[in-house]
Amino acid sequence: MIQTLEGIVSEHPFFKGLDARYIQLIAGCAKNVRFREGEIVFREGDAADQFFFIREGLVAVELMVPHRGFTTLQTVGEGDALGWSWLIPPYQWRFGARTLQPTRALVFDGKCLRRKCEDDHDLGYEILKRFLHVVTERLESTRLQLLDLYGAPV
Amino acid sequence: MAPLSEHPPMATAAKEPMLPAPFRIEKVGQETVDTFTVDLVPVGDNGGFSFLPGQFNMIYVFGVGEVPISISSDPENTQRFQHTTRVVGAVTRGMGHLKKGDTLGIRGPFGTHWPVEQAEGRDVVVVTGGIGLAPLRPALYYLMGHREKFHRIVLLYGARTPEDILFRRELERWRSKFDVDIQVTVDRGTLGWRGNVGVVTTMIGRAPFDPANTVALACGPEVMMRFALMEFQRRGVPSERIYLSMERNMKCAIGFCGHCQYGPTFICKDGPVFRFDRIESIFNKAEI
Repeated sequence: MIQTLEGIVSEHPFFKGLDARYIQLIAGCAKNVRFREGEIVFREGDAADQFFFIREGLVAVELMVPHRGFTTLQTVGEGDALGWSWLIPPYQWRFGARTLQPTRALVFDGKCLRRKCEDDHDLGYEILKRFLHVVTERLESTRLQLLDLYGAPV
Repeated sequence: MAPLSEHPPMATAAKEPMLPAPFRIEKVGQETVDTFTVDLVPVGDNGGFSFLPGQFNMIYVFGVGEVPISISSDPENTQRFQHTTRVVGAVTRGMGHLKKGDTLGIRGPFGTHWPVEQAEGRDVVVVTGGIGLAPLRPALYYLMGHREKFHRIVLLYGARTPEDILFRRELERWRSKFDVDIQVTVDRGTLGWRGNVGVVTTMIGRAPFDPANTVALACGPEVMMRFALMEFQRRGVPSERIYLSMERNMKCAIGFCGHCQYGPTFICKDGPVFRFDRIESIFNKAEI
């Protein structure tokens, strides 16, 4: 059975509880996309006009470190959101993303959704609340990684 | 193969729990740069050695000292058992210098065990990080050896780097059976690593298990377990089906000396494996 974009969006936990009219608006900014293994999803410094929900596969969020090369900071997989730079001026990717496995995702037009959020602040608030949750989770994870919990006890 | 319940913990029968028995080292294997495994066999005919998954021994390195270390081998092998440890102090350093044929003193096994038999018919989710995989390995042996008794088995394991992944061959072998879900993540990816990077506890949210019918086992740094608990609770796993292995400074191992007191309990005899609802009121207290 072929699922509509609206159906996929409404079933995603990220959009759980969102009003049906918003689901329709959001799905209007979305499309399905596929990446081969090793493909660049976006590059650090490029315009951030999109965000993704991974449906299948694995993506590395990476940073180019001089003398070390591209360094993976985190991986995101099925069900995860990828990218929030589209929400924050100057709308440029702070990090790059590259697939580690063949990946299917929903890609959302950030510009389109930003405009809709500006027009309807209730929608904007719902979207920001949900992205804040993602950002908080990433911040918590980063803090735990920084603790080096598995390192030798001091 | 005898069920685990037919192997009562030796500590309950031991007449002299403070007297170390000699065991000979059969093998010393390097797991990672700072972690090694010793294989031990009884000296003389003392009827083998039986233990339950999650229990620990007090290991006496003669002339150096004694440390508590969990048993890391298959509980159904009563002829030989293993301890896996990281070099963290004088005793483990001394232990690391021993060779095949050397002797160690062993007291034990002590403590409570993972509820592997009570988990039958349910999903079992094992979350662990770093050296915390070693105390869970006997439980994993049991789960894999009796696969048909459990519903889903999920292992989520976090290591510092890809080079710090313990028991790599076993993880690969278990994963290749296709009837368990094993996910490994590292805090820091190194060149050539194409797996997950991130904190192990974030994997709980999307792991395939039914919270209403799951037994969760967690062992690792206490901070890791705290975040694992939050994730399990968020998924709806009740406290009475979450088990943690706690760690404190243990000395006598039989609840006399009080070194490992943890609120109203002693880790050595009431633990190290606790059902979470029994320690919930003291778990997150910095003073305890």
